[in-house]
Amino acid sequence: MTQKLIIIGAGMAAGRALEHLFETAPDAYDVTLFNAEPRGTYNRIMLSPVLSGDKNFQEIVTHTAQWYEDNNVTCRFGETVTNIDRAARTVTSDTGETLAYDKLIIATGSNPFIIPLPGHNLDGVIAYRDLEDTNAMIALGDKPDAKAVVIGGGLLGLEAAAGLALRGVDVTVVHIMGHLMERQLDEAAGYLLRKALVDKGITVKCSANSKEILGENGKVRALLLDDGTELPCDLLVMAVGIRPSIALAADAGLATGRGIHVDDQMVTSDENILSLGECVEHNGDIFGLVAPLYDQAKVLAKTLTGEDAAFVNKDVATKLKVTGCDLFSAGDFADGEGREDIVFRDPARGVYKRLVIEDNRICGAVMYGDTADGNWFFGLIKDRTDISEMRDTLIFGPAFQGGAAPDPMAAVAALPADAEICGCNGVCKGQIVDAIGNGATTLEDVKAVTKASGSCGTCTGLVEQVLSVTLGDDFVLPAAKSVCGCTDLTHEDVRRLIKSGELKSQPAVWQELGWTTPNGCHVCRPAINYYLLADWPLDYADDPQSRFVNERNHANIQKDGTYSVVPRMWGGITTPEELRAIADAADKYAVPTVKVTGGQRIDLLGVKKEDLPAIWFDLNQAGLVSGHAYSKGLRTVKTCVGSDHCRFGTQDSTGLGVKLEKHLWGSWTPHKLKLGVSGCPRNCAEATCKDIGVICVDSGYEISVAGAAGMEVIETQLLCKVATEEEAMEVISAMTQIYRENAKYLDRIHKWVAKVGLDWVKEQIVDDLENRQTLAERFELSQSVYRNDPWAEHAREKAQIYQPVANLTLEAAE
Amino acid sequence: MSWIDICSVAEIPLRGARIVKTSVGCVAVFRTDTEEVFATSDRCPHKGGPLSEGIVHGRKVTCPLHNWVFSLETGDAQGADEGQIATYATQIVDGRVMLDGSELTASVAAE
Ligand code: SRM
Ligand SMILES: Cc1cc2nc3c(=O)[nH]c(=O)nc-3n(C[C@H](O)[C@H](O)[C@H](O)COP(=O)(O)OP(=O)(O)OC[C@H]3O[C@@H](n4cnc5c(N)ncnc54)[C@H](O)[C@@H]3O)c2cc1C
Ligand code: SF4
Ligand code: FES
Repeated sequence: MTQKLIIIGAGMAAGRALEHLFETAPDAYDVTLFNAEPRGTYNRIMLSPVLSGDKNFQEIVTHTAQWYEDNNVTCRFGETVTNIDRAARTVTSDTGETLAYDKLIIATGSNPFIIPLPGHNLDGVIAYRDLEDTNAMIALGDKPDAKAVVIGGGLLGLEAAAGLALRGVDVTVVHIMGHLMERQLDEAAGYLLRKALVDKGITVKCSANSKEILGENGKVRALLLDDGTELPCDLLVMAVGIRPSIALAADAGLATGRGIHVDDQMVTSDENILSLGECVEHNGDIFGLVAPLYDQAKVLAKTLTGEDAAFVNKDVATKLKVTGCDLFSAGDFADGEGREDIVFRDPARGVYKRLVIEDNRICGAVMYGDTADGNWFFGLIKDRTDISEMRDTLIFGPAFQGGAAPDPMAAVAALPADAEICGCNGVCKGQIVDAIGNGATTLEDVKAVTKASGSCGTCTGLVEQVLSVTLGDDFVLPAAKSVCGCTDLTHEDVRRLIKSGELKSQPAVWQELGWTTPNGCHVCRPAINYYLLADWPLDYADDPQSRFVNERNHANIQKDGTYSVVPRMWGGITTPEELRAIADAADKYAVPTVKVTGGQRIDLLGVKKEDLPAIWFDLNQAGLVSGHAYSKGLRTVKTCVGSDHCRFGTQDSTGLGVKLEKHLWGSWTPHKLKLGVSGCPRNCAEATCKDIGVICVDSGYEISVAGAAGMEVIETQLLCKVATEEEAMEVISAMTQIYRENAKYLDRIHKWVAKVGLDWVKEQIVDDLENRQTLAERFELSQSVYRNDPWAEHAREKAQIYQPVANLTLEAAE
Repeated sequence: MSWIDICSVAEIPLRGARIVKTSVGCVAVFRTDTEEVFATSDRCPHKGGPLSEGIVHGRKVTCPLHNWVFSLETGDAQGADEGQIATYATQIVDGRVMLDGSELTASVAAE
């Protein structure tokens, strides 16, 4: 007698299992197939081409009505099974009907995960899983000026976004992680992918946290992020992951974990119930791609016909493709010890390749822009080929013919004559070539004749390269000192290229400038982090992990691993309340040393890292904020008592010092920045050995710059004299900003001014009033982000990271 | 091995570290990549610098006190410097960082 087989779910796994079953035993079972979706099996993977318009639904149906009829399958599509009674061996569906089975297959797939944000039930909030979702997105494309937000920057989210964009919808992708598809791609590839999507008109927001879905009349209106941004949308697609659909099985008392437990034969904890697809868990693994599901389908069909078979979850590498972007990721390129990277970047073509090698075998590969060799690498991964013989040329792929390394000179040689080389002086390549034609043979000659490289100096490298391509062997390029071993570029080149190439993230710099390491080193990372935040204050988010410990922890580390805490005393002025709060904090946290610093304030030395957030909080309560005694940024503005008290004082030097410190604090600079304001030429505030010093005189303020009193003692040079405090403030803002925008990381003002010349600085901020003003405005823009107290922020939001993440000594004792 | 659940991967900043107090001293758990962690002794063999406070790059860390660089995989000092730090087995399971408890209590057990 034929046995009754009921299948719950007509997805891709069930469809394939039926094909195998009917091949070997077409009449063994009387099959009834339930499917919650009102249709039979189709190729779910191809929903993306349907969304983008490349295919229509009929083309992706794998099992037609005719096929079911030919195979005598009783179809109950659009009917959801709501209950399994294992004792009675029956299932009940949402129509109320109960059917008996001899064997049951659960193939319920998975459910898209919906983040339970407020508003997730609103109309217009959908997942991306089935034809209904796809049709909702297609319909949106017919609406003029339609907007959509996609939450989730993984494969599905980006497919949805790309498809919507192709249909003319204005799409924003909101992704919680720092880069797109972080599971499959590393940062560099994630950066290139983002760039390609942005080029398609898609807005991409990474490191963005969704807070609430806002609605109007029950329909979605916008997504609210936790930073307060509102993203208006007519449709919100949540593509943040899937969960095996196990409720039905769990309710029936079957063994489940993350998925429905099955053995190697695809049998659940009940011998009459089998299961396969995304709903199962096998040996602790769950599934999200079809390849292993097809293997399961084979095994399940054999189990049903009494043949021996066992499912093995092969460690398959995954190949991915996002609509319209050339990208490839295979194998495992993160986890594990003993691994090395081979990185190849070709910024001009937007190509990035990275191989991860372990024991002379490739275990992972990420590629972007040129994926032609993807399958070859995929093969090497699968076959575990020993690559030691071809290691040196491996990254160039199978067709490597010993091509020459790209020539850095070629780019300069290719520049047209009217290409601007020196921005400060408006000198074009042609003028430099003419100068060389007229006998100039050195940088100095060119500078003397054309003024090129005579100002800020950032184009020096370029001018030398023009000399080199024009003179050939007659010009020996001076060996420029590169930032570090990760690149051949100098600091000046990097700064110039960050600005001209509008590079706004570290992965962008690594990729576009051809870094040879995956993510830099301790030398270049702090520099690049500084350049990016100085050049793009609104776009770039400071990266604490690229900062030296003192700047990351907002305190100076001591030789024994404790920290010193120096609150700000604006212009050296304090109050009894502040002093009491400092004394109380010193008592409460058992601070071993309290010292008056050379910068007119008080240092609490020897504070434990764990106590930092708490001591900051306490100091904050008394109005004390971080003194940035640890930063490459504004340190102190030293003042003297000035006209308020001193019989010689000409102006309110204390007041100006306080104003300056309140204006400049929190700003990051290439190296530390110290100011002094003295009330008269007796100079009690030592203003003439500071980075910027002000000497007050009867007629106004003498501003001088480029002093120091560290390893070298250097007297400042006069920049200008101004009549009012307002002018003094503006000149000093502009001075700070021009230094921030142009100097090499870790050059104090005196070192930088020695390179560019004080005359150039004067031209920029003394003579050119308009430039002075725009520099001051750019400083203010940057300060709108950075003029705040990091201690308060850390005490409030990051206190946790100052504690050990776990304490196993306690656990052992328990 | 006896794996102990320490924290979620997300609690360690990318290219950063957190420390775990253990009976063999502070252990630094580094996150070098989205899904990659290493554990080593937190003490620099040079002058005891806290390695967890160093800049993490590739699979290496630079000591915050005097810039010695260590491989997180082998524990060896890189370049001209000589020295080694202890390394400990780690694994990530379902986004949780696990350390091998038997290694971290070994010296106590031996006593
Ligand atoms: C605390 C303090 C000494 C004191 O007890 O007075 C101090 C302490 C340090 N100084 Fe200083 N400097 C201090 C005032 C000075 C001064 C005097 C001043 O600012 O008027 C100078 C000379 C002026 C100048 O900078 O031109 C000074 C010139 C230096 C230098 C040499 C800089 C140079 O360009 O040559 C360094 C090394 C460096 O920055 O690379 C340095 C570096 C340091 C460091 C940060 C060393 C380090 O990297 O760990 C010390 C941190 C100690 C700690 O753990 O807290 N410190 N240092 C002073 C803090 C002032 C403040 O309130 O913020
Ligand atoms: C847009 C998109 C693109 C994808 N791209 C790829 C790709 O490129 N490569 C790749 O390998 N994989 C891809 N996948 C994943 C792949 O589609 C799935 O792994 C596969 O479809 C899972 O098959 P399944 O049979 O387990 O589940 P499903 O195909 O989800 O089928 C389960 C079926 O069961 C039904 N069901 C659930 N509960 C009940 C119930 N109680 N009663 C009745 N019926 C029920 C559901 O309605 C559903 O139709 C993609 C998925 C999507 C959505
Ligand atoms: S002078 Fe030297 S020892 Fe003294 S605080 Fe400055 S850096 Fe440290
Ligand atoms: S203590 Fe680590 S390098 Fe000196």
